[in-house]
Amino acid sequence: MAAPTQGTREFNPEVRGKIRFSDEALQTIEALMKRYPEGKHKSALLPVLHVAQAEADGWLSAEVMDYVAELMKISSIEVFEVASFYSMYNLKPVGKCVLEVCRTSSCWTRGAEDIVDYIGKKLNIREGETTPDGMFTLKTVECLGSCGSAPMLQCGAEYHENLTENRVDALLDRLRTEGKRKSYTDLDFQNTK
Amino acid sequence: MSRKLLLANDHIPGIQSYEVYRSNGGYRSVEKALKTMSPDDVVEEVKKSGLRGRGGAGFPTGMKWSFLAKPEGVPRYLVCNADESEPGTFKDRYLMEHIPHILVEGMITSSFALGANTSYIYIRGEYFYVARIVEKAIAEAYANGWLGKNILGTGFNHDMYVQVGGGAYICGEETALLESLEGKRGNPRIKPPFPAIAGLYGCPTVVNNVETIAAVVPIVNDGGDEYAKIGIGRSTGTKLISASGNINKPGVYEIELGVPVEEFIFSDQYCGGIANGKRMKACVPGGSSVPILPDYLVCKTAAGEDRLMTYESLSDGGFATGSMLGSGGFIVYDENQCIVRNTWNFSRFYHHESCGQCSPCREGTGWMERVLHRLEKGMGNMSDIDLLVEVAKKIEGNTICPLGDAAAWPVAAAVRHFRHEFEHHVLHPDKVKDPKHGHREPIMPVKPQPVTA
Ligand SMILES: Cc1cc2nc3c(=O)[nH]c(=O)nc-3n(C[C@H](O)[C@H](O)[C@H](O)COP(=O)(O)O)c2cc1C
Ligand code: FES
Repeated sequence: MAAPTQGTREFNPEVRGKIRFSDEALQTIEALMKRYPEGKHKSALLPVLHVAQAEADGWLSAEVMDYVAELMKISSIEVFEVASFYSMYNLKPVGKCVLEVCRTSSCWTRGAEDIVDYIGKKLNIREGETTPDGMFTLKTVECLGSCGSAPMLQCGAEYHENLTENRVDALLDRLRTEGKRKSYTDLDFQNTK
Repeated sequence: MSRKLLLANDHIPGIQSYEVYRSNGGYRSVEKALKTMSPDDVVEEVKKSGLRGRGGAGFPTGMKWSFLAKPEGVPRYLVCNADESEPGTFKDRYLMEHIPHILVEGMITSSFALGANTSYIYIRGEYFYVARIVEKAIAEAYANGWLGKNILGTGFNHDMYVQVGGGAYICGEETALLESLEGKRGNPRIKPPFPAIAGLYGCPTVVNNVETIAAVVPIVNDGGDEYAKIGIGRSTGTKLISASGNINKPGVYEIELGVPVEEFIFSDQYCGGIANGKRMKACVPGGSSVPILPDYLVCKTAAGEDRLMTYESLSDGGFATGSMLGSGGFIVYDENQCIVRNTWNFSRFYHHESCGQCSPCREGTGWMERVLHRLEKGMGNMSDIDLLVEVAKKIEGNTICPLGDAAAWPVAAAVRHFRHEFEHHVLHPDKVKDPKHGHREPIMPVKPQPVTA
């Protein structure tokens, strides 16, 4: 469970009314809501929040959550209570590429901490921080189901496994050259095994 | 060579795609079930197979299916549990990534047996790219007439959807999963009613693990009796084991239940022994939630018999000297690993993942984490060790869902088998000051093996 007080619920009326997702995202949201029986479209909330997060610079502000509530015709609190429960939704701004390094047992026994230290030193940030240029955020997360190819990290939809310092270097270089925001919902991704 | 049922075609290039999967005998179980069997026949075969749930609890699948309520005019649902978040477990990801169609095929055949016209595959959010692969397989199945209306002209209709989660271990618990699938926080429900009576949207629902559903394919193809011939006693068939930790060949292995644990760890066919020529110190045989075993109880039971990879043999000796097969997340630790540190790591996980509904779990997991952290840093005292056992006891059995037990068991087992290591942390705080102790050099030599009768 994400810490419940991670973000702010302060309302910024300036932003409200100005948010509008791309047509493509709106269509995806429409389609997602049709996957469930009549009247049960709230079921789409988790997938819709992923789409929303990808549209809204990688995090869910109070305004974005209100907008999602309007789109789905549910109350804002229903959106907030879900967004604050699950660990994949960011309630604070994050960098373009969030590096989520697994810190659980199997990865730990194979040097996950060294990887975290290495990335931290290289980018000059600590866990939970974002580089000043807004490019990278460093996070540690719980087991991502790659225990057999530890240590590993996730960035957007991409899985990068069997990490070494060289592989981290290559990855950071690639991400920096691409300069793109990485989202879970990306259709193009390059996993490294 | 062990027989393979789920990963038999794993080596075939392109098996991810519909054409290759189909030309290698894919979707036969759907043809056979829909055209030549009644739904009850399929349930009967699954009962005969002795298949037990592969998600962790090991409940007989055929029995679970026969509990499904069938009130007139109420839809029924099949939900596949692909939340796979138990530390040490990655077999479902492997299966979905490499042979996605076996899951889709199993879902159709199982849905036919249960009379479900809609099914959902709930995949943990972090596996987004895997969800894409499964979605593609579903689209291919629609395009080839295996899904949709009037499948194979038999009048059976079925729609299948993928749902991605938001990142929460608790959503692997079946009722929390259903809450999450309804677009809510993943708070487990009070049972009864069980999902078989009131599940998704209050309708009768079966929740099964990915591997369980995939196993229905060979069961229907070859018959339940044939499946039951593999394995030992009540542990029938094959099981996917996710092997990780300090071994030479981590990965997913399909084994016939009944392989000796010693063979599994040391033979080149499987884990290939302990990495870097080290000795094994401990093993968690079924995912982070099951009790840890010290080296001398891994390959042999307390009675001195060979321990086998079966539900029964791994739990031989109860919690005093045994463990559980669980989800098959097999983690091996070498002599350099510090048990206190590792137990702290696990308890941090459970504290992070507790949904917060029940006080014993919400408060207890945090308490255990703090005590373990203090011990790990060399700042604890002897009474802390008993305090841990005390807290674990107060959580166990006092929560709505088994996450509380899952958090308590590993801690209790670590203290039971490795008390000397906890005491070492109290007695020699200077030796554990280095934040990475037990990482590069041995914290303590492996305890000498007691002579067993
Ligand atoms: C905290 C917790 C986490 C669980 N996580 C999973 C999981 O990730 N995958 C899974 O298949 N079952 C998981 N289970 C077990 C499910 O509740 C349920 O027993 C299982 O999905 C039933 O399927 P099966 O009979 O096919 O094993 C979990 C249980 C608990 C208590
Ligand atoms: S422990 Fe790191 S992926 Fe499982």
